Amino acid sequence: MIRLQYVLWMLGLVLIMAGLLGVRDRTNSRRWTTGGFWFLLGLLVMLGDLLPPALVGAVVLLLALIAGLGGVKGSSHQSDSSTTGGSDSRRERARRLGHWLLFPALLIPVLTLVGVLGLSRLRVGGRSLLEGGQALTLVSLGVACLGALAAALLVTRESPTRVPHEGRRLLDAIGWAALLPLLLAVLGQVFAAAGVGSAVASLVARLPLESRIAAVLAYGLGMASFTMIMGNAFAAFPVITLGIGIPVLIELHGANPAVLGAVGMLTGYCGTLMTPMAANFNIVPAALLELPDQHAVIKAQIPTALLLLAANLVLMYVLAFE
Amino acid sequence: MSLWPLLGLAVVVLGFALRANPLLVVAVSSVVTGLAAKLPILKLLAMLGEAFLKNRILLLFVLTLPVIGLLERHGLREHATRWIASMRAVTASRLLTLYLTLRQLTATVGLTSLAGHAQTVRPLLAPMTEAAAEKVHGPLPEASRLRLRALCAATDNVGLFFGEDLFLAFGAVLLIQAFFQNNGIQLQPLQIAVWGIPTAVCAFLIHAGRLWQLEARLRREASLASAKPTVLPRVSTDSGSGPRDQ
Repeated sequence: MIRLQYVLWMLGLVLIMAGLLGVRDRTNSRRWTTGGFWFLLGLLVMLGDLLPPALVGAVVLLLALIAGLGGVKGSSHQSDSSTTGGSDSRRERARRLGHWLLFPALLIPVLTLVGVLGLSRLRVGGRSLLEGGQALTLVSLGVACLGALAAALLVTRESPTRVPHEGRRLLDAIGWAALLPLLLAVLGQVFAAAGVGSAVASLVARLPLESRIAAVLAYGLGMASFTMIMGNAFAAFPVITLGIGIPVLIELHGANPAVLGAVGMLTGYCGTLMTPMAANFNIVPAALLELPDQHAVIKAQIPTALLLLAANLVLMYVLAFE
Repeated sequence: MSLWPLLGLAVVVLGFALRANPLLVVAVSSVVTGLAAKLPILKLLAMLGEAFLKNRILLLFVLTLPVIGLLERHGLREHATRWIASMRAVTASRLLTLYLTLRQLTATVGLTSLAGHAQTVRPLLAPMTEAAAEKVHGPLPEASRLRLRALCAATDNVGLFFGEDLFLAFGAVLLIQAFFQNNGIQLQPLQIAVWGIPTAVCAFLIHAGRLWQLEARLRREASLASAKPTVLPRVSTDSGSGPRDQ
């Protein structure tokens, strides 16, 4: 059976190789810290289960320190682009390969879908081909990337030794932002364990909210703001709904819980659009698109988010109290 | 009820306001929160480690990078650009609106993995949209081009967020149901998903409305650029140096 563990090993391998190549790159003034960062991250991903959790935690803090103090710097990759001949050579290759270039890229979502929808039931030698349950989508994604990689090698007739270099090139483009979503998830668990949620709920419960409008505003704005602080609406939802939603809106004013739940969560999403804490949606894409302003995606989203927030507050007021 | 753990929240808010490096801010906040909650250091480190291991899957997008990198080296973005240039009646605004529609609809039926920032926006949507804009308006100023790229990523997020909450088996719907169940209120997933529809429609109208005004804005920005005596140089399609350090 193809387990999630194998996919994690693949992931760790990609990171470790990026680390090794990074250390060897003499054009990079920070090659040891950069290479070391990716290498350690890859080690943790691959072998973390075998290490004592406290050690893993310490290394995670070390990684955050290295990256936070500017230790992760991408090289200029001059040597790579010169061997391809630069953008003219790329245009020539693009002309030759045409739509075949799209085919491996599209294989990623297609194979993931195939895995999730179909292969889950396939059995080989009496056991399932893919690990089931929640891991299914992730295992399918892993297998899909492998398949797409094989297709890409076939289409471009490139040597497999090129692969780690290209992976490293894109990783360098993203830089330390790659670790941010993971670190934020870790922070979320620390918050939960420390009781931050209940502390906020107790503060919020002290607000005077007799009028329906005040209650709706408090709930909606509370969801959006707390989502902006926590970085994801799932973490904010239980806290704010427990603090304002249930006692004030549902019990005091008789709101419909289904409406409150749905529109409330979506109001939280408006917050997600505006916060750097939602790193995998806002910060990592800015790095992926090589935008000098790491908040550029957030700035592009703010008008939509604010207008939608206002619309949601109105929807909540109108729909929840039929 | 101890309010000391809220110090960690304050660190986060302060850190982001002061534009400190986010990784440092989050790491410091974890430690501060743990200490404020009187957790012993070893226990805090173990908690960090376990949370890391549990959330490793958030790095899985990295597996798409070698494939995309390899294809880019052989001109994936150039091909996407050329394809757009050969089409008639394609504009940045229409392209993004089409993408928004497809993204939102496919997310509604649960096909959220069909697109994404690494596999769709960077290699395909962004170069195609820039090409379409320059085809219609001529060379754009640097700031304008970067804003357009950011808008591509923004469009992906809006389409995803406000489509996936309508999907019955989606985590958000189930989370809401489980939460209310724990508090004595029974709801069906369908009830919850249905009330997401008004917001989804509003999200589409609002964002598509902004995209409708995009062409006028690009026209304005392009004419400002051509009023200048020199045309600004193109940003190379080679990799940059990642997010600027604070």
